[in-house]
Amino acid sequence: MSLTQADVRRIARLARLQVNDTEVAEVEQKLNGIFGLIEQLKAIDTEGVEPMSHARDVALRLREDVATETNRRAAFQAVAPAVEDGLYLVPKVIE
Amino acid sequence: MQWEVVIGLEIHTQLSTQSKIFSASSTRFGNEPNTQASAVDIALPGVLPVMNRAAVEKAIQFGLAIGAKINRKSIFARKNYFYPDLPKGYQISQFEVPVVEGGQVTIRVGDQDKVINLTRAHLEEDAGKSVHEDFHGMSGIDLNRAGTPLLEIVSEPEMRSAAEAIAYAKALHSLVTWIGICDGNMQEGSFRCDVNVSVRPLGQKEFGTRREIKNLNSFKFMEQAIKYEVQWQIEQIEDGHKIQQATVLFDPDSGQTRMMRSKEDAHDYRYFPDPDLPPLVIDEAWIERVRSELPELPEAMQARFQSQYGIPAYDAATLTSSKAMASYYEATVAAGADAKLASNWIMGEISATLNREERDIADSPVAADALALLIRRVMDGTINNKTAKDVLKKMWEAGDSADAIIERDGLKQESDTGAIEAIIDEVLAANAAMVEEYKSGKEKAFNALVGQCMKASKGKANPAQVNEVLKRKLG
Amino acid sequence: MTYTLKQAADLLAAGKTSAVELASDYLARIEAAQGALNAFITVDRELTLAMARKADASRAAGNAGLLTGVPIAHKDIFCAEGWKTTCGSKMLEHFVSPYDAGVVERCTAAGLVTLGRTNMDEFAMGSSNENSAYGAVRNPWDRDAVPGGSSGGSAAAVAARLAPAATATDTGGSIRQPAAFCGVTGLKPTYGVVSRYGMVAYASSLDQGGPIAQTAEDCALMLNVMAGHDVRDSTSLEMAKEDYSRDLNQPLKGLRIGMPREYFGAGLAADVAAAIESALAEYRKLGAEVVEISLPRTELAIPAYYVIAPAEASSNLSRFDGVRYGHRSQNYEAYFEEHNKEAKEEKEKVTLLEAMYETSRAEGFGWEVKRRILTGAYVLSHGYYDAYYLKAQKVRRLLSEDFQAGFGQCDLIAAPAAPTVAWNLGEKGDDPIAMYLADIYTLGVNLAGLPGIAHPVGFGANGRPVGLQLIGNYFSEARLLNAAHQFQQATDWHTRAPAL
Repeated sequence: MSLTQADVRRIARLARLQVNDTEVAEVEQKLNGIFGLIEQLKAIDTEGVEPMSHARDVALRLREDVATETNRRAAFQAVAPAVEDGLYLVPKVIE
Repeated sequence: MQWEVVIGLEIHTQLSTQSKIFSASSTRFGNEPNTQASAVDIALPGVLPVMNRAAVEKAIQFGLAIGAKINRKSIFARKNYFYPDLPKGYQISQFEVPVVEGGQVTIRVGDQDKVINLTRAHLEEDAGKSVHEDFHGMSGIDLNRAGTPLLEIVSEPEMRSAAEAIAYAKALHSLVTWIGICDGNMQEGSFRCDVNVSVRPLGQKEFGTRREIKNLNSFKFMEQAIKYEVQWQIEQIEDGHKIQQATVLFDPDSGQTRMMRSKEDAHDYRYFPDPDLPPLVIDEAWIERVRSELPELPEAMQARFQSQYGIPAYDAATLTSSKAMASYYEATVAAGADAKLASNWIMGEISATLNREERDIADSPVAADALALLIRRVMDGTINNKTAKDVLKKMWEAGDSADAIIERDGLKQESDTGAIEAIIDEVLAANAAMVEEYKSGKEKAFNALVGQCMKASKGKANPAQVNEVLKRKLG
Repeated sequence: MTYTLKQAADLLAAGKTSAVELASDYLARIEAAQGALNAFITVDRELTLAMARKADASRAAGNAGLLTGVPIAHKDIFCAEGWKTTCGSKMLEHFVSPYDAGVVERCTAAGLVTLGRTNMDEFAMGSSNENSAYGAVRNPWDRDAVPGGSSGGSAAAVAARLAPAATATDTGGSIRQPAAFCGVTGLKPTYGVVSRYGMVAYASSLDQGGPIAQTAEDCALMLNVMAGHDVRDSTSLEMAKEDYSRDLNQPLKGLRIGMPREYFGAGLAADVAAAIESALAEYRKLGAEVVEISLPRTELAIPAYYVIAPAEASSNLSRFDGVRYGHRSQNYEAYFEEHNKEAKEEKEKVTLLEAMYETSRAEGFGWEVKRRILTGAYVLSHGYYDAYYLKAQKVRRLLSEDFQAGFGQCDLIAAPAAPTVAWNLGEKGDDPIAMYLADIYTLGVNLAGLPGIAHPVGFGANGRPVGLQLIGNYFSEARLLNAAHQFQQATDWHTRAPAL
């Protein structure tokens, strides 16, 4: 299997990464190298093997339902690129 | 050609917890923007989610209430997409294994009962809000709502009309408020419906292409939106166009639906199990405890009202339309009122007055025991029905007890035979002509005489007694 | 004069020095070495001395703990309130954290003084520390060599004696490999022993914090501070507090060390193999028995890791969108115009908001990070999930089962930390594959969630350090530290310091 430049453009959009035309070729070549490595997996027989998505098999711990957080808006928004009236500003959202 | 409408609903119910699903921020509505957005809610680098037990418990309550399967092990997954009201760039939801699977809800349309099957209900986090007032060409983002626990309830595409869809949504709305897992406040977005609509020629097996109407927060809009969408789809097809799968919004002003411009549906969400959250495990003991604490559900209560109080099905259905009305009724009967009279008064005078004043029965000026006393006075003949209605008005305004008003205004019914005979004698003497008519066989004249007597007693005379004495005197 | 963590603690306890004096001395060393090594991203003299004064005050008040006043360095991946926390990325160039990571809280509570924030590969993605937006770190033993990664700054700082110890993180070898390359000792604990709260996430199911220090004894003291249950991390294990130094002095008699055949075959450099051999001979002298075992699927760790880690990273790094913090591009409007003008189809066009996301992320992230985000997005995308992501998760289970089978025949597993000694700066250039292959001996431990330690065992042909990796079964940290400590009691590799 090998990725095309169209694939690279598609996932770059999906991942919200601007990749210009000169970069696309470079990225395509590098990703194909990486996928060459990954391809080995295909050959492995994993019939009936339970996928492992956590390093340890534990059950989810649950929190009691109490609201203890205080208002830290000022501290949090001190590192924000653009705020006004306590709101984070972004380029117009179009629904 | 004959068209069949196919509708399925996805309803987002905000679970009424104190804190958010994965953080200890308050879930209160309407506070200053971003004052209820903690480090976890705004997804600072390095923060992690910790699951709220109450949200899980409410999901279990719902599952049991609709007779669904509670999965002993369910998985939280990440739904990846970029949107400014989604701070992490992914929503924590449940994908392959939800907490609740299956279940049923019975709806009534006209006098038809219909069972709607549910697909699943899963836990997820709500997003924040985009504030669209113009900030010199920018939008504002408020994350107070981000992380509010949601139970997304997904139905099978089994509804065949707008009426059925509304009935289903209303049934779910009353159920979630009845069992107390959601405040049901649709204006504040606590209960939001996404409606999947498609049409197909009557008799065709396979479904038509569906369009999803997002975020309907009133039953009225839902009905308008569905009716418009159905008409639109039929016209498109009849004009030879194909329906494209799409997500649309309903605009109440134009009464029309329009495609969302944000290509939300074009996304590839790349779901995968959230590595920050091990599997949610629910044991038997927990489920049994929740089951034992589950309140009596509307259907069960209806049946009980009929058998226990001997009232008709119609009364039982009306009185169990809300938990508040049901408990008001039971309290009235418990305070000594006759079950059927209590039902009549509550469905009649009380409901009418509450509707007129747009009040909820929970804050009725006349409490259940006060109403019971009034009804008891009718039962023991102290006052008659007509007087009772006037007394209720006064109770409503002044808040006095029935007895106080009866005493003060001297409304006590006259049942002293001597006094009644005296009144009757006067009336007979004053209406010799009528007496003659009666004696000559005019039955109507009798009623006229009764009326005169009641009038003379200012309505206080016991009508039954008047009848009896009058008959005797007229021989 | 420089000290181990233990020596510094003893001097403070004996009143022979003060926290302020120690901090000032180390700050001076850091300043002197910064130009040559670039081991730190942020140093803040005032913040450091304030902490030191506080430590001296509490000691004077008689409530000093074992390590009160001892200075350490933090990897720039742990959020620390009031400190710039860049994670080696331009994306967080101006991010001053408004909160403390669990690990930072514990270190502060123990009275440890922060000397500064160590350099690292951007978002912990790398094995050479050349992927830092703040410049490469140089290996104190040979400035033409890389220090390893991603905790290269922490390892270099400890090796150059710029700090008695440093915190670090290990997702695929990021503690053990740089420790080996720099000739210091580094411990990667069992997954869930050290809180991940406030540790900027790379691959959540693999990330684990741990210490880098000169000695195993110091690593034990550091782990005693860093480890412990944290309710804010749902993967943090609920376990009784333990003293990781309790077994340091146990003799190694009867210890069975397994040598996985697959780790000592072709691909392992001769000088590294030789140093490992003599180290194992030393362990035999200490009473350990060395047995050959097999971890048959070892080579699959690379493909499995390079599917799972990028997949999780692609999602973890989505929060860096220029909305609430971090870099926001100034060029998005230009890109918006440009791109939409050239777009052939409607669906190729971007909204202004999307343009802001795409440019901010493109400018804020380096290429290794972008490659992993793209790889991760791809393996999770529609139609590829089963073939790549799910498959990798199944292989992950097979790999951890192999380890369990191995531990049926031995107590600890011995392995090289890397196939070679530190390579030259720029040697692997911009070649991800060459980099990835060099991780072969460390990835398996993270995939299985096991603990591992690396400690110096000599030098390679070109005088660059060689490290031995010992891998233990779950929760065997005390055992690993005991073995390494006994080795260090009998050898002096860990005391060798590079000339500055």
